[in-house]
Amino acid sequence: MLRLLSLALFFATWLIGSALAGEQMLPGPLAVVDAIVTEARSGALFIHLGATFARVLLAFALAMTLGTALGILMGRVPTADRLGDPWLLILLNLPALVVVVLAYIWGGLTETAAIAAVAVNKLPTAIVTVREGARALDPTLDEMARVFAMPRWRAFRHVVLPQLLPYLAAAARSGLSLVWKIVLVVELLGRPNGVGFEIGIAFQLFDVTRILAYALSFTAVVLAIETFLVQPLERRASRWRLRPA
Amino acid sequence: MNDARPVGDSDLLDVRIVRKAFRSAAGERADVLSDVAFTLAHGEVGAFVGPSGCGKTTMLRIVAGLDHDFDGAVARPSGAIGMVFQEPRLLPWRTVEENIRLIAPAVDAATLASLFDTLGLSAHRAHFPGELSLGLARRVALARAFAVAPRLLVLDEPFTSLDAPLAARLRDELALLVDRRPATTLLVTHDLDEAVRLADRLFLLSARPARILATMPIAQPRAARGAEDIAALKAAIAQQQPQR
Repeated sequence: MLRLLSLALFFATWLIGSALAGEQMLPGPLAVVDAIVTEARSGALFIHLGATFARVLLAFALAMTLGTALGILMGRVPTADRLGDPWLLILLNLPALVVVVLAYIWGGLTETAAIAAVAVNKLPTAIVTVREGARALDPTLDEMARVFAMPRWRAFRHVVLPQLLPYLAAAARSGLSLVWKIVLVVELLGRPNGVGFEIGIAFQLFDVTRILAYALSFTAVVLAIETFLVQPLERRASRWRLRPA
Repeated sequence: MNDARPVGDSDLLDVRIVRKAFRSAAGERADVLSDVAFTLAHGEVGAFVGPSGCGKTTMLRIVAGLDHDFDGAVARPSGAIGMVFQEPRLLPWRTVEENIRLIAPAVDAATLASLFDTLGLSAHRAHFPGELSLGLARRVALARAFAVAPRLLVLDEPFTSLDAPLAARLRDELALLVDRRPATTLLVTHDLDEAVRLADRLFLLSARPARILATMPIAQPRAARGAEDIAALKAAIAQQQPQR
């Protein structure tokens, strides 16, 4: 209820802003919805959304898999941590734009370069979050698994992974929003399709309606993933926690 | 310093700890165990009694193979180890039944049912550990240790911080389980009563660094020990250990 109210307030502010700034600078919600419908009718919306979504998914999966593996390694093995830490600091502080531009120069304006650039941007934050989780693993449960000679994979799946889950969820959540923002930059600079490409075109025409139409459409997609995928998964993973009756 | 290899197919638990020391944060070396050596035959229950903080848990960790940093050697009976830690150490994100099946995948339904029945856990199979009282959680830890059909059972003060009647019941259940499926059992406790009721052989430990002060075999079968026998045994121990 409160969420709905807050959303209504957002649209009201938008309407007022639009009235004050004029349709040219900030088109109202109705004009934007209109533009979304037109783009959807022509099919262009889905092509560009699909292209962006595929890139987000690939880069996200790549960064999360690598980041989880490296994060666990650095959290568990002190030597790996000392070796990897300077690299991590460099990566963390490298501007996204630099990574993207360099990837395009070295790899050409290709899909591989684009996805690699996005994954490299997300990788260090995933590592840092998962490493924190790996450092906080409960040694008493580890001992239990060792005494009872639990096979490695089973111990990982049932003893280690559930302890990492909150950290993985945090990395996934912040990762998803970061990745899609960088994917747009990558598309703007060197891809022939996707939401970023469309926004680039709209920028050249100063077509604010179209910019908002594409941005809002993709935001809706991300919100849907969050509501229908991330949150249910989180609830399932934490069903063992005591809830106040 | 790590010499804990299994010796053949021997059924003996043979422990020879020459010395175990910890280094404190200030860099000082503090001996925890010195010359703790004993042997338990298959199915024998050895109970160690000693003052708190004397190094009993350290000894158990060495016996269980969790700590290899000591001078000496440990030969364990080949086969599974079942351990009950001082805390239950259950996986909070798995149900009671999953906690046991994950550790003992080979356990069959009938064995599991009888274990749950003996320990009064049948109603709690689908509960998560966070929903259990400490007493129940300790019982699950006991069930887990027995479910692996251990050749070596290691119990670290399994009944501390439980109220007396419950501890007594669990002790009787433990005696029952040990008699039903013999496993070489090492029990550590600071409760003399518990030790006298459960042990085939009793070891008295000194204060830190722990040494074995006295060894006392108890020939009478566990089930046959009455209240007078227990009192007589305790009196005999009190004589062996005048400083207590």
